[in-house]
Amino acid sequence: MKEKILAIIEKNSKIDVHELAVLLGESEIAVANAISEMERDRIICGYHTMINWENTSEEKVVALIEVKVTPQRGKGFDKIAERIYNYSEVDACFLMSGAYDLMVMLEGKNMRQVAQFVSDKLSTLDEVISTATHFVLRKYKEHGQIFAAETRDERMMVTP
Amino acid sequence: MRNPISEVTAGIQPSGIRKFFDIVSEMKDAISLGVGEPDFDTPWQIREEGIYSLEKGKTFYTSNSGLKELKMEICHYLRRSLDISYHYQDEVLVTVGGSEAIDLAMRAMLNPGEEVLIPQPSYVSYVPCCVLAGGKPVIIELKAENEFRLTAQDLLAAITDRTKILVLPFPNNPTGAVMTREDLEPIAKICAEKDIFIISDEIYAELTYSGKHFSIAALPGMQERTILINGFSKAYAMTGWRLGYACGPRNIISQMTKIHQFAIMCAPTTSQYAAVVALREGDADVARMRESYNQRRRYLLDAFKRMGLECFEPFGAFYVFPSIKRFGMTSDEFATRLLQEEKVAVVPGTAFGACGEGFLRISYAYSLEDLKRAIACLERFVNRLDGERAS
Repeated sequence: MKEKILAIIEKNSKIDVHELAVLLGESEIAVANAISEMERDRIICGYHTMINWENTSEEKVVALIEVKVTPQRGKGFDKIAERIYNYSEVDACFLMSGAYDLMVMLEGKNMRQVAQFVSDKLSTLDEVISTATHFVLRKYKEHGQIFAAETRDERMMVTP
Repeated sequence: MRNPISEVTAGIQPSGIRKFFDIVSEMKDAISLGVGEPDFDTPWQIREEGIYSLEKGKTFYTSNSGLKELKMEICHYLRRSLDISYHYQDEVLVTVGGSEAIDLAMRAMLNPGEEVLIPQPSYVSYVPCCVLAGGKPVIIELKAENEFRLTAQDLLAAITDRTKILVLPFPNNPTGAVMTREDLEPIAKICAEKDIFIISDEIYAELTYSGKHFSIAALPGMQERTILINGFSKAYAMTGWRLGYACGPRNIISQMTKIHQFAIMCAPTTSQYAAVVALREGDADVARMRESYNQRRRYLLDAFKRMGLECFEPFGAFYVFPSIKRFGMTSDEFATRLLQEEKVAVVPGTAFGACGEGFLRISYAYSLEDLKRAIACLERFVNRLDGERAS
């Protein structure tokens, strides 16, 4: 049941326990317990809203920054990752395989703000060897949701 | 001028759904719960394969009975899902939708006046196809108290010396009823004893919610007297691709292929290439859609319970078939008023046979958000009717 709950709330965190119970054919208590357990076990880490900021008047830029670092003895990449992800500007931070080590996702009001973060905060860390900043020009799809044109039901109204 | 129309064709009633469709299409902002096709788009890798086949210039006829790769995949699929083995060379025919297969089966098998047992409520084309093939349709009225399953008793009562074919439309459109192995065993026994052939329309086989679908062709001695019909429309959300298939004994399939050859030539080539990928890679997509339908099904049943609409629990297809008998109206009156007053379109049960009177077909091939919007309107309507009756 837990996997099914996750599959639903991953797409719709607004759904309430009663409706979840109906959709899954389970009791409300069982569903509520499963959710509490998953929250306790940090399987469910939060409830987010997906926003297409492009459709608001809010100005935002999103940057993906490739960061090469020197891992530290005994601590590997974790310590340096922590020094980076603790900045509130950092949206996401992943350790990567391949040509660079950390992928840092950043959201800023404008390019200057992002550039400032990179030059002032990120590049100045001792362990950081180099960075490469990529700005997102357009989001087509995020979290499985396609942002592009609204889809219309083109089926005939009544069919056998 | 002479009457250009054949008497047989003129005698066929147009689909009951047609009339309703005309009213609905007049309304601009109606909410529909009336469709018989998935709301999902065809999974992308299937569409991609269709596009790729066009890019590569695969735009020629295929062999009459279908692409060899596709027929082989169909046989693999039936073996793994139903545990039935067919030879791809001469026991499979790829058709233009399941509908063509129904038509071909009747035309290949019927002599004038031979009887076809057609359980109703059921899909609208069995009766006309039977009539056009020169057969005589004999309706078996399925009963709500049996959850619209075919019983041995009902079957026996309808059999005569002239009975040749039984149509088995399960999982059922419009009722959502399914037949389990236990339900099918007595039916199979009777068919074997009375030497009756079966057209088993299993187009909704992938959409069952209480365990896997079971085909009558998997019972001992049944494969040799069953035409199994399935297709890609419902399971893979491929209605517009128009692709189905029939499997059965080679003597029948070869005759069906002969008619298909002269009437159709071959099923659309692009669709056939896409369907190969559907069968090879589509299982996860089918499972995802099935789970989604199942959730909506539970949502509707819960909503009906809340508003006091009597409905047996259907375990197949994507329809529920609630009873509206307590309102003292015909299905047609109820559906028409619901459309006029709340702009919600449902299909009267009578579109699927006279015994559908007192029922509605409500489709859950809609997103949960759409269903909620429509159910809110339906609930308001039901409450208003209850208020009218109380005063």
